Amino acid sequence: MRQLLVLGAGTAGTMVVNKLRSQLDADEWSIIVVDPDPAHHYQPGYLFIPFGTYQPGQVTKPKAKFIPKGVDLVTAEVDRVEPSENRVFLSDGSAIGYDFLVIATGTTPRPEETPGMLGEEWQRSVFDFYTLDGSTALADKLRSWEGGRLVVHISEMPIKCPVAPLEFAFLADSHFKEREMRDRVEITYVTPLDAAFTKPIAAAHLGGMLEERKITVETDFYIESVDNEKKEIVSFDERAIPFDLLVTVPVNMGADFIGRSGLGNDLNYVPVDHETMLSRDWDNIFAVGDAADLPTSKAGSVAHFAIEIFTENFLQHVDGQEMTHAFDGHANCFVESGGGKGMLIDFNYETQPLPGRYPIPGLGPFKLLEETELNHLGKLMFKWVYWNALLPGRDLPLPALMSMAGKEEVEA
Amino acid sequence: MTLATIAGQEVHVDDEGFMTEYDEWSEDLASTLAGNIGIELTDDHWQAIRFLRDDYKVEGVTPTLRRVTNTGGIPTKQLFVLFPKKPAKKMAYIAGLPKPAGCV
Repeated sequence: MRQLLVLGAGTAGTMVVNKLRSQLDADEWSIIVVDPDPAHHYQPGYLFIPFGTYQPGQVTKPKAKFIPKGVDLVTAEVDRVEPSENRVFLSDGSAIGYDFLVIATGTTPRPEETPGMLGEEWQRSVFDFYTLDGSTALADKLRSWEGGRLVVHISEMPIKCPVAPLEFAFLADSHFKEREMRDRVEITYVTPLDAAFTKPIAAAHLGGMLEERKITVETDFYIESVDNEKKEIVSFDERAIPFDLLVTVPVNMGADFIGRSGLGNDLNYVPVDHETMLSRDWDNIFAVGDAADLPTSKAGSVAHFAIEIFTENFLQHVDGQEMTHAFDGHANCFVESGGGKGMLIDFNYETQPLPGRYPIPGLGPFKLLEETELNHLGKLMFKWVYWNALLPGRDLPLPALMSMAGKEEVEA
Repeated sequence: MTLATIAGQEVHVDDEGFMTEYDEWSEDLASTLAGNIGIELTDDHWQAIRFLRDDYKVEGVTPTLRRVTNTGGIPTKQLFVLFPKKPAKKMAYIAGLPKPAGCV
């Protein structure tokens, strides 16, 4: 019997066990998946909680529901991996051996990495929305907030779902307009990047959208600390931005056990081959989803496209064959822009987001890099697709690799 | 990718002027590149530049600010003093390394 051990039963890990259980012979392979949290969180839903669009109870379901028959779900914390012994130790001291290991433990916000962020203003005037706890607390705060300086802030790249802070700013603008208090709110968007987004054409579009909404952008801001007394964020080059309400995206890091096991980079992401997701150091360890150091967005769509490629490669690799499929970094994100509209972007390692139609060239129905109501509906519908098709590993009618068909070439 | 002449030498650069061939770089070139962005190299600058060069050689990626601080041992605050405003980009530019992977 050969053993596949998957660490993490989030978006990526759940897709992996669903895809592989149906492909690997049950008489030959046992599959175990380990995760400390019995609840599966629909993370894209966090964005909507502060504005009351979703209630906290609407974004979680039991993990066990999405784990197929023939896969053992172990609810436990990982202490460390001993790659030279092919064993994983759990925090209770027990060990699980493996023939192949897939690390899918994602990335999490670490407010403690920034001095002062967890100070006395935490969840009083300093909030994050990348956790269920944070977005719920922020919803309570926004309900009674009477206005002032709202600062939407990114601590350090990479972060998961890199468009979410922009979406938050757009939705906040829309929310305050609906409450007829937009004139009492000053919104500033603070980023360590040199523009609203990394890729020039999308950055120009998104920058224009911020400007239209009178949202000020502060670029190249690398946070040193949060001053709780003055209610300011302070950068390493000594700029200070005052806030009445700070909505920050803390530093994101991969799981601590990855660092403890010597398997990670400075942010605990596992260095892997960008086309196959095979560890650069170990021939029987893969890392998928946000846990890997792929130079593309940390996002569920990337995990989905990557795992289509990974599955084919994994079957070849365990058979001793060469892996013949190459991931291209394909990412695809709906960007909520407020007022019942949204935008869609589609890109990969080499090609930045361009205007056009998706997924069918010329027809769409979704328009790329353009705000439409249909894109917004697409984002809301995606929740159903996520629970019912994506996690169970059903084939979606979307190609895993990015296509240039339907895209328009644009001068940057 | 285009060819540019820096300090009398032909080198490959990307459209923002970052050198793309590790071995085309030299210490003389670094001084010229630094001058292009208004920086005069001191020993402290060189400590950072040498870390970037050595780290890239092993890792194959331009190190992040976090890495220059954690592994290279140079406080982030000092990097902002040495390479004002955009230390990650400026260090990579002078060290003749690819533009740091703008995260996506």
